[in-house]
This record gives sequence, C-alpha cells and structure tokens, in this order.
Amino acid sequence: MNFFFEVLIGGLLSGVMYALVALGFVMIYKASGVFNFAQGAMVYMAALSVVGCIEKGAPLWLAIILAFGIMTLFGIATEKFVLRKLVNQPPIALFMATIGLAFFIEGLAPMIFGSDPRALELGIVDEPIESVLENFNMVISKFDLVAAGVAAVLVTVLALFFQYTRVGRALRAVADDHQAALSIGIPLQHIWAIVWGVAGFVALVAGMMWGARNGVQFALTFTALKALPVLILGGFTSVPGAIVGGLIIGASEKLAEIYIPPVMQDLFGGNFGGIEGWFPYVLALLFLLVRPEGLFGEKHIDRV
Amino acid sequence: MLYREAGQFKTNYAADQQVFPIRQDRIGIIVLLAVAFLGVPMFASAYWFSAILIPFLIFALAALGLNILTGYAGQLSLGSAAFMAVGAYAAYNFQLRIEGIPIIVSFICGGLTAAGVGILFGLPSLRIKGFYLAVATLAAQFFIVWCLTKFPWLSNNSSSGVISTQQLIIFGHELTTPVEKYLLVLSIVVVMAMAAKNLVRSSTGRAWMAVRDMDVAASVIGIKLMPTKLLAFAISSFYCGVAGALYAFCYLGSVEPDGFSLDMSFRILFMIIIGGVGSIMGSFLGAAFILLLPIFLDVALPFFAELFGLPFSSATVSHIQILVFGALIMFFLIVEPHGLARLWQIAKEKLRLWPFPH
Repeated sequence: MNFFFEVLIGGLLSGVMYALVALGFVMIYKASGVFNFAQGAMVYMAALSVVGCIEKGAPLWLAIILAFGIMTLFGIATEKFVLRKLVNQPPIALFMATIGLAFFIEGLAPMIFGSDPRALELGIVDEPIESVLENFNMVISKFDLVAAGVAAVLVTVLALFFQYTRVGRALRAVADDHQAALSIGIPLQHIWAIVWGVAGFVALVAGMMWGARNGVQFALTFTALKALPVLILGGFTSVPGAIVGGLIIGASEKLAEIYIPPVMQDLFGGNFGGIEGWFPYVLALLFLLVRPEGLFGEKHIDRV
Repeated sequence: MLYREAGQFKTNYAADQQVFPIRQDRIGIIVLLAVAFLGVPMFASAYWFSAILIPFLIFALAALGLNILTGYAGQLSLGSAAFMAVGAYAAYNFQLRIEGIPIIVSFICGGLTAAGVGILFGLPSLRIKGFYLAVATLAAQFFIVWCLTKFPWLSNNSSSGVISTQQLIIFGHELTTPVEKYLLVLSIVVVMAMAAKNLVRSSTGRAWMAVRDMDVAASVIGIKLMPTKLLAFAISSFYCGVAGALYAFCYLGSVEPDGFSLDMSFRILFMIIIGGVGSIMGSFLGAAFILLLPIFLDVALPFFAELFGLPFSSATVSHIQILVFGALIMFFLIVEPHGLARLWQIAKEKLRLWPFPH
C-alpha cells in the first residue's frame, strides 16, 4: 500500500509539471482561440535561452530576465508577423500555422544557443525528503515538491491577474467575444501581444523546471505532447482544468506503468513496458467519448 | 493561347462527365503518364529511382490518403504514419502466414487492415472535432507504434520489431532492380490516384466536402454523418496502409516501428498543406516539394556558406532545414492557403488569356 501511495504521489507531482506546460496552452487559447502547438517549442526555447545566457557569463537572475525579454519579444513578433495575417482563417489553419511555428523555433533556438544537452542549475537538489523517507518509508522528491509549489504560485498569480487587473479584465473580454471587445474599445492587438508575452513567461517557468529536472535538451519539446491529453481532460479554456487534468494524467500514467504491464505479461508473455508513452492519450480519448468538452470546458453549441 | 477550352462542346452525358473534360488536360495526362512509364525508365539512374522517385510516389500516395481525410472530409489527423505502419506490418504478415498469396493481394489486405484500424480510431470523430480530434489521432500514432514494438507476433519475433520484407514476386517474376520496383509503385499509385480523383467528385466526395464545410448543416440536409466520416477514415487509412506496404516492400526493404514516427506524420501533413489541402494534384506537388527541399538545402547551404564565408556545420544545416520547413508552412498558410495546386490553377487561368489579357 505504501508503494501505491509513493507511486501516486510521484505521479501527482509529475502531473504538476505537465500542468505547467498545459497552462501556457490554456492562456493563449482562452484569449485568442488559437491552439498553440508551438508551446512545447517555446518551453524549449525559454530553457535554452536561460542556459545560453548563463554560458555567456550572465548570473542566473539576469539570465532569467534576459530570457523573459527574448520570449516576450518573440511572442510579440509571432503575433505581428504570423497570427495577425491569419485573422479570419479557420481555426485549423491557425493550428497548422503553430505547427509550422514549432518547427521554426526548433530550428532557430538551437542555431543560436547550441543544441547539445546541458544541465540547468537552479540550486534545488533532486533528492528524497528525509523525514518522509524515515517516517513513512516513501520516496518523495524535494524537487517535485518545489515544482508543485511554483505551479501553485503561478496559478494563483495568473488567477489574480485575470480577475483583478484592468488588463486581465480586457483579456477575459477578448476571450469571450472578439468583436464585442473591439466595439467597446479594447485594443485587440495589444491584448494579443500581452497574451503571447504571458504565454512566454509561463513557458519560461515550465522550461526552467523541466530543464532543471531533465536537462535542457531537444526532448523538452515533447513535454508539449504530454500536455495535450491534460488539456483534453481539463478542457481547453479552464486554468483549474489544466491543473486537475495534469494531476489525473500524471497519477494515472504512473500507476498504469506500474500495474498494467505485469497483467499483460501474464496474458501474452513478453515485455510490455513504456505504457506511459500512449496511456495518457488513450485515457483522454476514452474520456472524450463521455465528455467531449473536458472536465471544466465550456459546452460547445453548434449553430447552423 | 496554349490553354483554351473554347469550342469543345459536349453532346452526350458520358463526355460531359469524364474525369478530364478538357482535351488539353487529357493530352497532358497521357503525355505525363507516357513520360513516367516509358521516358523516365530510359533515362533516370538507379540513384534517382531508389532515392527520389520511389519515395516520392509512396509519400504522394500517403499524402493523398491524408488529403482525403483532412482536405476533403475535414478531419485533421496527426497519425497517418501509424496507419502506414499498420499497412506495412499487415502486408508482411499476410505474406508470411498465408502460403502463396500474391504480393498485390497482400498489399490490398494490408490496406484493408489499416482501413479497419482507421475506422476504430475514427470512431471518436463522431463526438469530437477539430483540435480534440487531432489529439485523439495522436493516440493512434503512439499506441500503434507501441503495439508493433511490444507484440512479438506482429514482427515474427524479431528483436525490437524490425521486419525484413519478403521478395517481390509478380506472376512468377521477381522484382529486384529499382526500375522494376519503380514501375510497380507507379502503376499502383496511378490506379489509386485515378480512383481518388473519381471518388472525390462522386456523391461520396460531395458528402465529405459538405461535412468538411459544416457538419451540422450537412446533417440537416440529410447526409448521415457516421457513415460519411467513418468511410473517410477507412479510405484514407487504406491509402496510407498501401503506401506503408510499398514503403516497406519497395523502398526500404526492412522497417522498424519507430521509423513510422510522429515526425513522419507531420511530414505528410506538411505535404498536403504546401501542396494544397483538398486537391489530388496538390498531394503530388507537396510530396515532391517536401522531399526535394532537404536535398536542395543540402546542396545549396554549403554553397551559400562558402559564398558569404559563414562557418556552417552539418548540425547547423539540419537546423536550418527545420527552420525553413517551419517558415515555409507559415508562409504558405498566410500567402496561399490552398498551396501549390492553387498556384498551378492561377497559372493556368493566366495562360488562357496570355499573351493578351484584356
């Protein structure tokens, strides 16, 4: 039973990491209706720019500020040169454009900062917490706990930002109805630039956490693929949904990885590891059949 | 000047309904086929066949399959490589386990197996659409590749799922040279492309387009969504499956499940975006473009590097390749969302008036 809880908690904590990436998706989708496939590439780029600036001799705090600047500029440029030209195109065209953007970043970022995997030191060690290990005999990573704390702070800040600031109110208005927002004088393009900046910030936080955990390498872009089932579970438009979805996906994939392969081995023989790779997607798929709009998503009503 | 359909009157329905109603188009297609079947085998080298022409035809077929699903029926799929994998492994197993089955029949059976799997993963499309569906097809991508790696029976107990395909024997004759393989692939692709061309202008094709443009409206005018969408998934997967079988048997000869990666699915998606979403010819143009671009960049980049005295490593070249891919996708979506096929159409319309526009 102890082992079960250990796996469960480990899964929940890694789910928080998925949620960090998923948050970036939700931000952009809420404000502009664009499903930004390039979020994973942005995570990679953010982590690379932090590492790149450190290599050039900047201290960590300066590197983070510089990376934030780079991400914001890049976000604004994306809005200006790509998305603004695609206004009034069907959402699928925008989605495919962000796939193109993802490739663009995946080529550009390593060209500037180098592509070899590097470690990112944030001063947090990835080791089990001793008191828990002694009292409950469970391995809970200190780093994962810190990541969970960061995610909690980030979500709180974002929620406050959305709820109580002038810009946040404008963002929600734009998310609700572009034209109505325009007609009462909200500058759409400024708002979009801000959204991409915020998404860049979320990508930066996610990139630093993931980079510190697994090293800054190309594989970071795949974190975005893991964030997709999280989004489906939670609903594209809901910040709490991203968190809950992340927790469910993280916990269930770890539990599946531990408990399903032995059963399949008994049935078929052979080695059935690596279920993690597809389990979240199939789970999300089955979930979609029951609730197509996700846990917290808005119900979609079709009109002819 | 070159291209004018004036004066070509149709006096019966058969003439009016033929696939290429304009005489110049018919002549063009016949010339093209003659060049492909007779001219190319006479002049092209073995390198051209095995490195460019065969993969071009195979990827064009896969892109055609995806275009039927995404371009005509409007269901975005990110799992086309997985359906190719199903086709390849199914064809291999049919060859392996059924004594004396002709190779063409096992290709068709491979395609049909892929169609079955396609229907299975197309089922969610009845409830969900758009991005949600795209993510659902990712499930197919990862799950199928995982299955092929982990179930040893599927790859005849080979390590890590690698299969080496059987000999290609047609009517007692074994195909070994690149030219023979090319002709086999070409014949299959021509037949299937013609079938697709006809299919998309049939009532099925029109139903697909209605569903693509607005599925609620389509169902209101009496199109049954379930069979229409599932048929699109089945036929698209069939095309991808046959393409996968050809990929394994005629191009590489030995494949592993991880070769049919998400990257390949994206590549096929890019082919239809650049070539033209919802166009048969676009699938071919896009496949040619995506396959030739890396080759072109491999040659051109070192040249430019020397010209400007820039130090380009091979890693930089591969990064620039990815970057150019991404930039081109965005460029095409912004400037010409209907791709190369649309550019070709515009060129044709210009040619009709040339050299005296007004």
